[in-house]
Amino acid sequence: MAGFNKVVTSYEDAMAGLGDNMTVIAGGFGLCGIPENLIAQIKTMGTKGLTVVSNNCGIDGFGLGILLEDRQIQKMVASYVGENKLFEEQLLSGELEVELTPQGTLAEKMRAGGAGIPAFYTATGFGTPVGDGKEVREFNGRSYIMEESIKGDFAIVKAWKADRYGNLVYRHTAQNFNPLAATAGKITVVEVEEIVEPGELEPSQIHTPGIYVDRVILGSFEKRIEQRTVRTA
Amino acid sequence: MALTREQLAQRVAQELEDGFYVNLGIGIPTLVANYVPDSMEVMLQSENGLLGMGPFPTDEEIDADMINAGKQTVTAIEGASIFSSAESFAMIRGGHVDLTVLGAFEVDVSGNIASWMIPGKLIKGMGGAMDLVAGADNIIVTMTHASKHGESKLLASCSLPLTGAACIKKVVTDLAYIEIADGKFWLKERAPGVSVEEIIKLTAGELVVPEHVPEMQF
Repeated sequence: MAGFNKVVTSYEDAMAGLGDNMTVIAGGFGLCGIPENLIAQIKTMGTKGLTVVSNNCGIDGFGLGILLEDRQIQKMVASYVGENKLFEEQLLSGELEVELTPQGTLAEKMRAGGAGIPAFYTATGFGTPVGDGKEVREFNGRSYIMEESIKGDFAIVKAWKADRYGNLVYRHTAQNFNPLAATAGKITVVEVEEIVEPGELEPSQIHTPGIYVDRVILGSFEKRIEQRTVRTA
Repeated sequence: MALTREQLAQRVAQELEDGFYVNLGIGIPTLVANYVPDSMEVMLQSENGLLGMGPFPTDEEIDADMINAGKQTVTAIEGASIFSSAESFAMIRGGHVDLTVLGAFEVDVSGNIASWMIPGKLIKGMGGAMDLVAGADNIIVTMTHASKHGESKLLASCSLPLTGAACIKKVVTDLAYIEIADGKFWLKERAPGVSVEEIIKLTAGELVVPEHVPEMQF
């Protein structure tokens, strides 16, 4: 990985350095825009005791759900986790810890983590169980709770296109948490559908500038659909 | 007669205004999109990062990278924009969304809402609901007036853990349209054929009933 060539050619290289008890931030919303092969690589590596920060935890047998199969996740930070049975089982048995975090707060925790902001105040969650034990401050007559930002040892991200500099473009709503996750990893690994030549991405249309990105790998994706809803033409 | 889900959505749609940006929650709120008057332009915001949500795709249009906050495949209308989750919640938290419609388990006379957690049952999470109720000024809650067992969902004080405190001002139930102000429920309209007595019986929190309660118009 010399200079600005961030492209790696194996998933072993892509996730090299990931160890037990690390924090991994993952992009994606439901199964949309998830780094599905990077997740599969973590399963292959068998890394244990992970804290995983992601809006959801996949489903049984796909996405982050596969990391539950060998009990690799110790703690999950997410806004909504209702989509898999294994999660429920491990939560109820006490094997898995979960920190439910409002979706907007979760996004802002990642954004702030990547932007060097240690904490912020938000009205979200004030007066609810989310606010319990958190510092409250009043601004202009309204109460806000303090939320601390999140940084990951690794961030795993799915983008549409990248160049060797790590500049990224996302496709449609597969963007979601990915650009935020990308900023918040000590090591940020991105898998993409296409690697293009430098200059092909219009500079002003790049979603994530390469400065945030450490490794890029070309993948092929199943892109499973969670709720297939159609109208008749 | 209590309103059907479709009629509930229809009544909520009467609160839409031309040029509104609107976030619709999962369930009955989603149906409101079917009743936007043709004379009106309304932009639907989906909190996973889409402003300008269109109808479900046809089989040919289906795209795994194009979903709404309910994880359903959708389309984008012409003039739509797509952005990150942080941008999406900046819109919501910053008060830029004109109307939010969401469901609930309970609301109370102080405008508190409980919609995400029933102790003893599996807790799936709050998703974006806490951000939506904290960020929006104009929120409509849609729900049935009472549980299947006839227990009121309009209470003096919410019994379930809150989603947001003192944030709800309007509730459309299958029986009534009610506003919340000064620590009371104010009965504004009743569903066609539903008596004021029935509404009073199924409203546990203090309810102010005017002399004449008009029926909802469809």
